[in-house]
Amino acid sequence: MADQSIEPILAKSAASGAPAIAAPVVVAVAKSRRPRRLGHLLEQEHILAGALLAPTLVILTLFIAYPFVLGIWLAVSDKVVGRPGNFVGLQNFWVNLHDTIFLRAFQNTFVYTFIATILKLALGMGAALLLNHHFRFKRIVRAGMLLPWIVPTVLSTLAWQWMFDATFSVFNWVLINVGLISQRILWLGDGTMAMGCLILVNVWRGMPFFAITLLAGLQTVNPDLHEAAEIDGANAWQRFWRVTLPLIKPIMLVVVLFSMIATFGDFQLIYVLTRGGPYSSTHVFGTYAYEIAMRAAKLGQGASISLFLFPFLLMVIVFQLWYIRRSD
Amino acid sequence: MAVRYGSPLKRAVTFYIPLVLMVGTTLFPFYWMVITSIRPDSELYNVKMNPFFTLRPTLKHFQDLFELTMFLQWAWNTLFIAVVSTGISLFCGLLAGYALARLQFRWAPSLGTVIFITYLVPPTLLFIPLGDVVKAFGIGDTPWAVILTYPTFLIPFCTWLLMGYFKTIPREIEDCARIDGASRLQAMVRISFPLAVPGILSAGIFAFTLSWNEFLYALVFLSSPQQKTIPIGVFTELVRGDVFYWGPLMAGALLGSIPVALVYSLFVEHYVTALTGAVKG
Repeated sequence: MADQSIEPILAKSAASGAPAIAAPVVVAVAKSRRPRRLGHLLEQEHILAGALLAPTLVILTLFIAYPFVLGIWLAVSDKVVGRPGNFVGLQNFWVNLHDTIFLRAFQNTFVYTFIATILKLALGMGAALLLNHHFRFKRIVRAGMLLPWIVPTVLSTLAWQWMFDATFSVFNWVLINVGLISQRILWLGDGTMAMGCLILVNVWRGMPFFAITLLAGLQTVNPDLHEAAEIDGANAWQRFWRVTLPLIKPIMLVVVLFSMIATFGDFQLIYVLTRGGPYSSTHVFGTYAYEIAMRAAKLGQGASISLFLFPFLLMVIVFQLWYIRRSD
Repeated sequence: MAVRYGSPLKRAVTFYIPLVLMVGTTLFPFYWMVITSIRPDSELYNVKMNPFFTLRPTLKHFQDLFELTMFLQWAWNTLFIAVVSTGISLFCGLLAGYALARLQFRWAPSLGTVIFITYLVPPTLLFIPLGDVVKAFGIGDTPWAVILTYPTFLIPFCTWLLMGYFKTIPREIEDCARIDGASRLQAMVRISFPLAVPGILSAGIFAFTLSWNEFLYALVFLSSPQQKTIPIGVFTELVRGDVFYWGPLMAGALLGSIPVALVYSLFVEHYVTALTGAVKG
């Protein structure tokens, strides 16, 4: 899809390149009499690069690098809201590892991430294969598919919460009226069910991202390869496993890693749907850190919980960088 | 990849039925928002009634939303914050993306890596210390608290996308201009930037939807009702303790989704380019 939008420009600049470029150059020459010490400096590539990168580096230093260092300091301090903190070493981490809610959150984070990612990959691949057919209204269907991904997660999650309502759940209404159940199901009533619902909503929201990016991958697969495999006697299943999959493996891997990081650091979906409940059974790192830091005002303790995201994140990033280098 | 047609029955089972199921599941929650927002309370809270449609549609929930909450103020805040933070991020990302793709300097590869890493940092990791930073700057509970922090995830994305885009524009076009007497800066601003407009548009659409939808930073940094964005306002002001005002909630959810869905539908192709470009790099 990237190629689609780029090709016309290249074609245009190739066809009408000369006039398009000539016009600015006239301006350039006309302006060249101004005093231009700064201009001279900016002719040097490394100085120009410094100037161009400065705004980005200032913002990233102030709002990512500095908070990161500050976060490490908070994690080893006993800071609470409204009072300066003292250094307490690894006490916060020790407290975390003896906190049953934290340990549950730890487990939940991994369960949530892995199950949701596997389901999103499987269903997203299925959706991509469907969308790779030719059919009427294909463009509209593809655009509509992405809606769960586009709209604010908080707002769509509220709709799900209403659908899971203890009394007025639409799923219960249907199941009771069809006669499958006689008692209402409490969808968010216990930890396991609630975790299942969280994963369901996460899959609903994230699957389109897989579908659309994998579809872009599928569209790069040369149809001749499929024809050749078919002539050699491969059935549809074999063609998928032996031809398509190896070819789109790189993009698949990147999509999975991106999604894993986002799911691992998720906050809003869980906070809106269950707020970590019932009885703190569905917390993940993100929501529990929020609970401790913002609700209980223990900033140091909360920061130490957030930091547990870091080792996993680091592993994924290192793997991804290694993979990019290797494929370059 | 061409897929050929089998028998009609086979095609129905392997294609149309899964497709309809998929589209139905995808869109059902949106139908639910719409139907909930127009059903009167007497129907909403009556399990005897069929919940799938209504014979007495009402706009009462929308009226409540506008009269009892500051929804219009939230909508304005969301728009203002999304536009300004997207603008800042595009400006920074365009310059940085160009520098990393085109200019030769010693730190280029390592800076590219650093920006890629920041792209992957989830807000959950930093929101607690970032709250302190925002307070220290004296911008807590003002739009600037989020306008200046959203770029932390928008700039790396824009830079990454535009860097990829600049690499697809042949260097020779700029070299021609340089030979004709354009300065380094002029070649960049007048030759390369105009050619990157489709890439800028893609990055802009994507950044706009991301900042429109952001939740955690807005929840932590904005507290007074008149400063909130739509996602925060709807979530915090229409849920009181255990009481959910489902009618106005769904009306707010619907109205909060429409602008971003509209922007998206106008630029679907650009959005998809950004989405796939973001992971391909």
